[in-house]
Parts: sequence; C-alpha cells; structure tokens
Amino acid sequence: MDLAALSVRGLTKTYSNGVEALKGVDLDVEQGDFFALLGPNGAGKTTLIGVVTSLINKTQGTASIFGHDIDRQLELAKTCIGVVPQELNFNMWETPLTIVVNQAGFYGVPRRIALERAEKYLTLLSLWDRRNKWARSLSGGMKRRLMIARALMHQPRLLILDEPTAGVDIEIRRSMWELLKEINASGTTIILTTHYLEEAENLCRNIAIINKGRIVESDRMGNLLRRLHTETFVLNLRAPLSVAPVVPGFAVTRVDDTTLEAEISKDQNLNDLFAALTAQGVQVLSMRNKVNRLEEIFMQLVEGGAHHV
Amino acid sequence: MSEAAVAVPSMGRVRWIGFRTIVIREYGRIMRIWGQTLVPSAVTATLYFVIFGSLIGRRVGQMGGFDYMQFIAPGLIMMSVITNSYGNVVSSFFGAKFGKHIEELLVSPLPSWIIVAGYICGGLVRGMMVGLVVTVVSLIFAQLHVQHLGIVIAAVVLTSVIFALGGFINAVFAKNFEQVNWIPTFVLTPLTYFGGVFYSVDLLPGWARAASHVNPILHMVNAFRYGFLGVSDVSVVQAFVIMLAAAVLLFVVALRLMQKGIGIRD
Repeated sequence: MDLAALSVRGLTKTYSNGVEALKGVDLDVEQGDFFALLGPNGAGKTTLIGVVTSLINKTQGTASIFGHDIDRQLELAKTCIGVVPQELNFNMWETPLTIVVNQAGFYGVPRRIALERAEKYLTLLSLWDRRNKWARSLSGGMKRRLMIARALMHQPRLLILDEPTAGVDIEIRRSMWELLKEINASGTTIILTTHYLEEAENLCRNIAIINKGRIVESDRMGNLLRRLHTETFVLNLRAPLSVAPVVPGFAVTRVDDTTLEAEISKDQNLNDLFAALTAQGVQVLSMRNKVNRLEEIFMQLVEGGAHHV
Repeated sequence: MSEAAVAVPSMGRVRWIGFRTIVIREYGRIMRIWGQTLVPSAVTATLYFVIFGSLIGRRVGQMGGFDYMQFIAPGLIMMSVITNSYGNVVSSFFGAKFGKHIEELLVSPLPSWIIVAGYICGGLVRGMMVGLVVTVVSLIFAQLHVQHLGIVIAAVVLTSVIFALGGFINAVFAKNFEQVNWIPTFVLTPLTYFGGVFYSVDLLPGWARAASHVNPILHMVNAFRYGFLGVSDVSVVQAFVIMLAAAVLLFVVALRLMQKGIGIRD
C-alpha cells in the first residue's frame, strides 16, 4: 500500500498569545502529487508547514510523512522533507556553495557527493557563477533560488515550498515552474503555497484551501475549476460602440468604446454569443478571462464559505 | 531523484556527518572573522604580560614560589579560553537565531543533542585555538614547563566545554545583542578577575579566601596552573569533580532547552 506523502489529522495550534492558527486540520497529500495549499494571509499555511517541518510545536493532532509519525519518528520523517521557507533563512555571510554543502551535511550527505550536487543544483538554478560570492550580495530572486537549491541538496521525497516565487520576475518564475515540474516528474512530491493563483492552476493537480485555520476545500484542481458557475470574458472590439449590444440570454455590458464584458454560465457556449454579436455587426478582435478562474473560486470560498461555489 | 532518497538512511551516519558539518562550519566562521576571534586575545595577553607581568610584576617578586610572570601565565591562558569558548557559542548561536538560519538545523534530521554537541565543539575549537595563541605569547615573556600534561589538557578542555555550554544557554535566552553581553560583562569578567588569575588566594584574608572557593573559576585556573607549575591553591581532585559536575549539569540544561525549543520554536 502506498503511504501518503503527508497525512495530517486533527492538527491544532494555539500560540502563547492565544491565537488559534490551526483549528483541527485534516489533510492528505498523495505520493508524487503536485499539491497546492492556498489561503489568504494569516490563514494558517505557514503554521501548518512549520508544524510539519518541526519549526513550530503543535498543540494537538498527528502528522506523518511517508508513514513516519512526527511524534515517534521525527528524525526519519525529516530526512524525507526539503523545505523552502517564505522568509530568507540562510547566513548572509556565507557563500551559496558553503550554504548548500553544509545543508547537505546536516542531512548526512558526504562532502564529496554534496559538492557534486551543489554544482548540479546551483547550475540548474543559475547560481553556479555566483557560488563564491557572499549570499547577501545576491539579488532577491537569486536568494529565493538559493533556498530552492539548498532544499534539493539531500534529494527529498517531499518538497515543501512556501511562496517560493514571491518577488521573482516573471521570466525567472517561469523557469522555476519548469524546474519544479521536472522535479515532480522525477517522483518528488511537491506541496506549494503561493499567492499567484495562476501558478497553482498551472502546476498543481490537487488543491486545498485553508482559511482561518480550517481546510475549507480540498479537491482535484479540475473538479474545483469545473464547479465555477460563471466566467466573465473581456471582449476587445474592432469598431467602437456607443451602447452595449443586447444579446438574449447573455449579460453583456459596455466597459468603454471598444471593450465589452460578457458573463457566460456553465450551460451556455461562446459560439452562441459570437453568432449573436456577428449578426449585429459587432466584430471581436480578441478575448480574455476577466480574472483567473481559480482566483474567482478562491475568493468565493474565502469570503463567503464553500456553499457559494 | 526520489530513487536514492527512498532508501532509509543510517541515522548514525547522518548524525556523525551532521555533527562534523556543524563543527566545520563553526571552524570556518572562526577563520573567516579571525580578526575578531583569534587576534584580540593575543593583543590582550601581550598587554597583560607587559603591564602586570613585566612592569608591576617586577616589583611583586615571587608568587606561590614562582616568578610573577610564570604564575600568571596559566591564568591568562585560561582566561582567554573561558572568554572565547563562551563568546564563540553565544555569538554564533544567537546570530543563527537572529538571522533565522538556525532553522537550517531545526528542519534537519539532527537530534537536539547533536546540535548542542556541535556548537559546544565549535566553542572548544575556538577555545583551544586561542589558548594556543596565548600560550605562544606567554612563551615570549615567561618560561613555562609542563609538570602534568594530562591535567593541563583535561582542565582546559573541561573549562572550555563548561563555558561553551554557558554561552549556549545564554544565547537560547537572549532576545537581543545587549543580552548576549550581560553575562560576560557582569558575571564572567568579575569571576575571572577574582578567580586567582593574578594572585594566590593565600594572600587574601580568611573570609575572602573562603568566598573565593565558591567561585568555580578559581578551581579551573588552579587545576590548570597545577598542570604547569605543580602548585595549586585548591584540591585538584575537588576541582575536577566540580568541573565534571558543572559540565554534566550544563549539558543537561542546554539539551532540555533545545528539546523544548525555548527561544527558537514557537
């Protein structure tokens, strides 16, 4: 039987100031999954990751990594995890090479192998030519990539990334996505928290949404997206319009002279809309989603509770 | 990637490599900032020898049956070992807490006792390196003959471990850099100066002599001095019993703090 990469039951965390960050979280992440953990600021994502990686002491509940209970087999559980935290947490007065080689050593990787892996991962993350510079001299994006390289050094079975692409420019973000896809394809389970919902939609197969310390939704990404009742499209027109065209069955509104917004429900199709617009002499040059689909579901769940979806 | 990782690692091997890595990292830190870690003690020891030993010491004459220079040399070596063992761990561990890179160790599979042992060994390395430097400086000013090498080594290692543990405990509780300096300034320095580094407690009145025996540094300095000169103001056996008990007690306290995550885990 395949053990879950991560299994959490009834996890609670109450901080010494009385804040209940986790209120009985149950969560399962399958082996090999690319899993998104989403939630607004203060929802409990980082606390959950902190408990799993033993940076935060839990109040109640259980958690196991590939079957290793963190109460009984913490050391074995931790050998399986690589973590990329939200905040920078390496020594700014060390070099990237020292940082990654030392980290491998903390997981029992002999120095010779650590040096080979350091070249591999620092090269993969475009940091090899900066390997002997002080870490503090790296740019923000380089520092984030250094934390990814560091987390990969002991080749973990479960890689947890807490907002790894925050503050990283789009080009580097996309190259990081490719790298994460490759890592996942090679068998490593990945749990990702991110504020970029496009990132979660592109990368992840399963998703959980946490809000106010509780999991409010956990499903396959596709299932969740299918539950969205309506989508709003923005249509760019060839010629200006002074009033919005009336299209029976569709809510079409005029944004400006050359822009319309159309709300399409799940049981309608775009062909009917375009046919009606064409019949009225309206030519559409281009079209895009008004907001990311996942973002729309996310906002509904977080703001109004699951029953609104 | 996952293929190699699926094999269950030998935790003994993980611990050994992890421990070695912490010590190598601490050694790297000592060498990286050698101007702060190794040089100051050599300068301070030189000044002590020139002022107390050469200028004032000439008028003092003999102390405990030896030239004043010979008498203070073991104490000065021990003083630098104490200061540096403590200072290394308190600044390195607190720096790791402050910079959050202590998390590198906290998320790793290394148990608390290995982390404590690694930092203590780092303090020991610095204590020994500085002790060696000050010994070399001492040899310029005084003739030192080792009477009991085993006692010299045992005393200096135990003292270094004790103060490294003290530095660790200080770092665990410290919330800012000011609190890192409190204990060295208000506790360690007075205890060291009253610990028989510069004088024999036989010179003190009865009550002061009795009070001095409560000071653990007196026992450490005298055990160390006995190894060099063959004389001591205290019982050497008693001194080693005190040192061993202090080392065990402080290690247990440090380990307990680390396991509970005081000051480092929410």
